[in-house]
Amino acid sequence: MTAALIGLPLFGAATLLLGGRRTNAWGHFFAVAMSASSFFVGIFLFIQMLGRSGEERAVGQYLFDWISVGRFHVPFGLHIDQLSMVFVLLITGVGTLIHVYSIGYMEHDPNRRRFFAYLNLFVAAMLLLVLADNYLLLYVGWEGVGLASYLLISFYQHKPSAAAAGKKAFIVNRVGDVGLSIAVMLMFVTFGTVTFEGVAAGAPQAAPSHVTWIGLALLLAACGKSAQFPLQSWLLDAMEGPTPVSALIHAATMVTAGVYLITRAHAIFDLSSTARTAVVTIGAITLLLGAFIGTAKDDIKKGLAGSTMSQIGYMILAAGLGPAGYVFAIFHLLTHGLFKAGLFLGAGSVMHGMNDDVNMRHYGALRTAMKITYATFGLGYLAIIGVPPFSGFWSKDEIIHAAFGQNIYIGLATLLGAGVTAFYMTRMMAMTFFGEARWEKGIHPHESPATMTAPMLILALGSAFGGLLLVFVGDIEGWLEPIVGIGHSDHAVSNTILIPVTLLVVLVGAGYGWMTYGRRPVPVVAPENVSLLTRAARADAYGDALNEAVFMRPGQYLTRALVWFDSKAIDGTIGGLSAAIGGLSARGRKLQNGYARSYALTMLGGAVLIAFVLLLVRL
Amino acid sequence: MKNSFEYAALAPIVVLLGAGVFSILIEAFVPRTSRRICQLFLVLGSLALSFGYVLINATKTLVGDPATNGGQTHGLRQFAVNGATVIDGAGLFLQGTLILIAFVAALLLAENQVDPQGDAFAARSSTLPGSEDERQFTAQGWTQTEIWPLYLFCVGGMVLFPVANDFLTMFVALEVFSLPLYLMAGMARRRRLLSQEAALKYFVLGAFSSAFFLFGSALIYAVTATMNFGQVSVALENAGQDTLVITGIGMIAIGLLFKVGAVPFHQWIPDVYQGSPTALTAFMGAATKVAAFAAMLRVFYVAFGGMRWDWRPMFWVVAILTMLIGSILAVTQTDIKRMLAFSSIAHAGFLLLGVIATSASGLSSSLLYLFAYGFTTIGSFAVVSLVRDAAGEATHLSQWAGLGKKSPVVATSFALFLLALAGIPLTSGFTGKFAIFTAAIGGGATPLVIVAVIASAIAAFFYARVIVLMFFTEPPVDGPNVVIPSWFTKIAIGVSVAVTLLIGVFPQPLIDLIVSSGIFAS
Repeated sequence: MTAALIGLPLFGAATLLLGGRRTNAWGHFFAVAMSASSFFVGIFLFIQMLGRSGEERAVGQYLFDWISVGRFHVPFGLHIDQLSMVFVLLITGVGTLIHVYSIGYMEHDPNRRRFFAYLNLFVAAMLLLVLADNYLLLYVGWEGVGLASYLLISFYQHKPSAAAAGKKAFIVNRVGDVGLSIAVMLMFVTFGTVTFEGVAAGAPQAAPSHVTWIGLALLLAACGKSAQFPLQSWLLDAMEGPTPVSALIHAATMVTAGVYLITRAHAIFDLSSTARTAVVTIGAITLLLGAFIGTAKDDIKKGLAGSTMSQIGYMILAAGLGPAGYVFAIFHLLTHGLFKAGLFLGAGSVMHGMNDDVNMRHYGALRTAMKITYATFGLGYLAIIGVPPFSGFWSKDEIIHAAFGQNIYIGLATLLGAGVTAFYMTRMMAMTFFGEARWEKGIHPHESPATMTAPMLILALGSAFGGLLLVFVGDIEGWLEPIVGIGHSDHAVSNTILIPVTLLVVLVGAGYGWMTYGRRPVPVVAPENVSLLTRAARADAYGDALNEAVFMRPGQYLTRALVWFDSKAIDGTIGGLSAAIGGLSARGRKLQNGYARSYALTMLGGAVLIAFVLLLVRL
Repeated sequence: MKNSFEYAALAPIVVLLGAGVFSILIEAFVPRTSRRICQLFLVLGSLALSFGYVLINATKTLVGDPATNGGQTHGLRQFAVNGATVIDGAGLFLQGTLILIAFVAALLLAENQVDPQGDAFAARSSTLPGSEDERQFTAQGWTQTEIWPLYLFCVGGMVLFPVANDFLTMFVALEVFSLPLYLMAGMARRRRLLSQEAALKYFVLGAFSSAFFLFGSALIYAVTATMNFGQVSVALENAGQDTLVITGIGMIAIGLLFKVGAVPFHQWIPDVYQGSPTALTAFMGAATKVAAFAAMLRVFYVAFGGMRWDWRPMFWVVAILTMLIGSILAVTQTDIKRMLAFSSIAHAGFLLLGVIATSASGLSSSLLYLFAYGFTTIGSFAVVSLVRDAAGEATHLSQWAGLGKKSPVVATSFALFLLALAGIPLTSGFTGKFAIFTAAIGGGATPLVIVAVIASAIAAFFYARVIVLMFFTEPPVDGPNVVIPSWFTKIAIGVSVAVTLLIGVFPQPLIDLIVSSGIFAS
């Protein structure tokens, strides 16, 4: 059954890609069906799992020996436990909704079949990532989602910016993937195995320095995939892809793979406080950086992308807190998956109505024109800024709480992040749905078709009630406890103080956002004379400039030097050598003169040589 | 001493030589028109039967424990004819290899569709080249089925060669397989003068080298009073430092080095390979190399194994010269057959590493290399015989330009053979080279391996050049054509391609077989 989860969408992708134009007419429905069946299989497995007690819920499925060379054995095995199950439901559930949404969104695209094939491919790869029972197989899924992400970001190939964004995502991700491959190699060297079980069992006996290095390598991998500092630059450009892709891959699922990886490898991080500190630091930096970038973006999708970075920063930070935080990292991942997907779909709906314009300065007053979008986006907004009882509140508050338990500065960072989140999200709401209409000529905003609004409504319900359900009905902490340990520890600040303080900070952020963008008219053209900070935020906090200065330029110089070395030194040597050999060869040919007598003479010479060498040895 | 003749153990040889005699009777009594078909049945049938006997001998239960039998796990391991021959696992493997190669080569020799005038041999080799007689016989469509008895004797001698256990038997086997080759080399249908010149050179130089071999044997006998390898080895433990022994070893080495085509006894190879009918070149290139190396391995592992510190330096010098000169001279060749000839010289150098190793892994890697190389060589010459223009085979390299566009299948298989000769992974050539280099390093010959790798790199150039020529050059306007051959050649090329790929991708079963044959019995 577990294999069917992956097999169904994979079959869908294969059918659509290999079937070619014959599948054009029904391909998108087939893809939706495959994704939905996978979801139903997931539900079925989930119910089965509920029937078992806590310790017996994890089930492995051994398929075949994948690699078996000398000491190196890697089974092709799947492993489904409570943690994987959470992801399976999120991926297939949100994935299916986004498949449905894409039917409407991609209706007029000539390459619709290819798009759905890639979506199916992504779902299959992501499921492989979370269902693998060893790090090497996880790596396959990891690369698979990277490939799907690359294909989908650059889906609008005719746009040079989309092609460049795809390449950028691919290359930046490669840096992270190096981390994962190093981690897998280190694991094999240290533990002699790469299975989750074997690594977890071997970690306590291994040298602490090895464990720390593995942890740091895994963190590098997580930074790449989850767009964490300093590998965050690709995510903003990734918004060049179709909006459903941004919702599914670059908000709800793939970018959370880093959080999954760190949680899955908790046996490593539990043992190394250095690695944990690094994780927390990266998380804190990214959550502030992302929020900061989000405050100045006029492109609605890029604003949401900054927000995604920031929210994943929360999750990474929580995962770095150790057993106190894993549960909340996953919890926030789930709620974020719901509300961020909803927000992106809302953004897509707005763009659909505004003729694919992404600039919020051209929006305004859309609440009357697009009622459903307004309502669903609004629910997502309330969820993300953490207003009780919407879903974001439950998870984010727990992270802030746990962060204060760790360290006061980390706690303050998360609190500040919550305030900034409220500010930029309010700005987005105000610029899009309130104020006066700043629509360009000839634009007539209209509500999107039902295939688009239905998934938005479902996700809005999730944003509204997901947190409540998970805390009070699902008992997320008890559910994950067998995998990642107990969630609670001693906290420096009690929740009774912290919740009001957090809400106050959120209110200040939202209020300031409303005062700036809701009450005052928004200029249609972005003002030029702005503060240095705004400029920095508009330029993605100079992430690209940094990359260019630190990596690209030196890389280019290195390449030039190598090319020079290659053409002068290496080619010169080889060219000279080959000329010498050719000359030698031409001369040697003359000995081959065709006369049997000279051949016999050569043989006689050879005989003398042999006799000489033999006798020489004896002396 | 009671004389004995173990028929069962020697059956593969007896069958072939007996078939040779029978083949002569066919020439004498069967009408001309039906001779070809009779001979073909006889040749292929006797080869199959002989191979069957090899299989029977190889699958017999081993007498005794593998540990005391040099690692051999099954099959015969016994002396025959009062110790004149020895049937052991390695010998059986070599016999099997030789018979398989001979079978595939026989298919090539039987080909009579590619040349509009008939098969690869002269209508009547007694006629003067260019004479009126020749024209008439050719016009009447005569063929010389006399090559078949020659062929059977030749193969019979070769199959005896690897299991000969004394110098005299070895010499007889050497002459039995060499004399028919001298003859057949001179019987080409096209370019007959070149062919006859090649045959004469081959004969004169071959006789010269045989004299060395015989003289060396006499010297060894003079010191040890025996011809038997095992007894020589024992006797040399006492008398090893005698100058006569050293000279004897050197002269025997010269005789064998000539047969394998090692520098400086190599000069006949390009001329003979080029002049002989291509189907025969395929047989010579593959089978002679296997047989000669088989004998050399046995002589230097068994009889002179204890003297290795004396002869190794000499082999080092020869191996280095052979690898480098073979590769370097191949670079400027313009004739495809000559290029392959020089490549075969270089390969002889690589194979010498296996002799120098003088170890179990040296032997097993040599056997693997020989098996792989034999089929690749047959396949590559088989392809050469298909590229023709009005004057016969088009062997000048420039004529091969753009062949990939005209005949992708043939060009691709030739490219595969070239890659195998160059030792590129996933072909049999890589497997063999890797094994033999590993064995040589294990035997302490790392500097030799370095030279071998350099020589391989040089060699890769001229192999790759042909591939580039075939696939990335425009074909000339009036270039040669690839002839569609009969099933004989198709099967021969197909088998060679299959072996080349299979040993490249799944070498393990063959390696297991070779390792289970153990080392030479002494």
